[in-house]
Amino acid sequence: MFGILRTLWLTFLHAGHRRVTVGYPEHKPPLPPRYRGRIILSRDPDGMERCVACNLCAVACPVDCISLQKAEQDGRWYPDYFRINFSRCIFCGMCEEACPTYAIQLTPDFEMSEYLRPNLVYEKEDLLISGTGKYPDYSFFRVAGVKIPGKDKGEAEREAAPIDLHTLLP
Amino acid sequence: MTAPMPVIIGVTLVVLLGLATFLTWFERRLLGLWQDRYGPNRVGPGGILQAVADGIKILFKQDWIPPFADRGVFVLAPAIGMMTVLLSFGVVPVTAFWSIAGDLNVGLLFVLAMMGMGVYGVVLAGWASNSKYALLGGMRAAAQMISYEVFMGLSVLGVVMQAGSFTMRDIVLAQSGLWFVVPQALGCAVFTLAGIAETHRLPFDLPEGENELGAGFHTEYSGMKFGIFFLAEYAGVVLISALLVTLYLGGWQGPLLPPALWFALKTGALVCLFILLRAALPRPRYDQLMALGWKILLPLSLINIAATGAILLLHAPG
Repeated sequence: MFGILRTLWLTFLHAGHRRVTVGYPEHKPPLPPRYRGRIILSRDPDGMERCVACNLCAVACPVDCISLQKAEQDGRWYPDYFRINFSRCIFCGMCEEACPTYAIQLTPDFEMSEYLRPNLVYEKEDLLISGTGKYPDYSFFRVAGVKIPGKDKGEAEREAAPIDLHTLLP
Repeated sequence: MTAPMPVIIGVTLVVLLGLATFLTWFERRLLGLWQDRYGPNRVGPGGILQAVADGIKILFKQDWIPPFADRGVFVLAPAIGMMTVLLSFGVVPVTAFWSIAGDLNVGLLFVLAMMGMGVYGVVLAGWASNSKYALLGGMRAAAQMISYEVFMGLSVLGVVMQAGSFTMRDIVLAQSGLWFVVPQALGCAVFTLAGIAETHRLPFDLPEGENELGAGFHTEYSGMKFGIFFLAEYAGVVLISALLVTLYLGGWQGPLLPPALWFALKTGALVCLFILLRAALPRPRYDQLMALGWKILLPLSLINIAATGAILLLHAPG
């Protein structure tokens, strides 16, 4: 009996509490910076595509929503096409974890509703952004020992020059 | 300065149905307030047109009767439910000059009779639907409402004894000195509980019991026939509140404000209390409901009658 009255009173007091609802279209919910929303492809500080079309994201994807094709130009690999089917994507972020070049990243943006399902298939030009995303200074080809035009073997950051095999002979 | 009868009837009907419609919105907003959320707040200012939107939607739904249902009774049941509630309002005096039949000499008995009839609406709906959940809901409704009608009738006897009349207007006038809620506190409590059970509102909405019976007696109903049940439920809430005001809270009487406003204020506060009950309390198990009725409320109302009678006899002149 007392418990019932107490319940009534405590519930009544909730009239003075702050409402937890966020009125969505007018008020955007505060998203944490590491929120896993819309997937983007970033560029390195020089403005080149970071993606090297290694396919690791497509392999890591548990729902197989990523599809891409490798192309090559002057020793640099890049995706010929890069396609994410967001009607399948579960925003698990495993592609981001798998990516060796920080190219694929998840962003705090979830407003990507469409009236037609085919519109949820994003091509490379839809995914590619002009900035560097979460890692402003990282450039894969500057630290990797791959030879590209303008950077020979041994010229990457913290990379020793290649050893002349003939000096190692006994 | 009594208004002509058709005007009174017309205004009462329009106000009551309008009130029942907007209570659907009001209840959801109030529940939202007590549950730290908003409730419907999109349609119109504060969402008040939600009731209109719901009404339009439900009116344009297909008026479907399941092929296995008993057609005649199926259609009749919501009408009975609505009619008995509306008829009960006939004897509720809003003010001394504004009531349809406030001076009917069997006013209170008429209300109890209409409540008794109201059971048919629910039971016949459950029966005519010809499906197991609806039937179970109807059975529960029959047992619950008939049981609680007993204490409801007994609990108001104290009021009748003190007022010396079954006429609603006389009962209100007899409270000009002291509202009956003070000497009849026990009766008032029993009447409130019985009233909730009678309108099968939460926490006593076992006839609907959506988590075990689908939607209970109106499982098979849709469209406006379901809407009528819904409206009847809200009109029932207003009715029980108005009855509580009339029988225990001095009706239209109160200082300063005009009588009609006092009546509206008291009724409105009680409607809010009914909604608070819904927001706060869980539904009891069916046997707990019955045990509460027969083992606690029935003895309490009998004690109330005996005590009221004894005190009245002691103070009787001569």
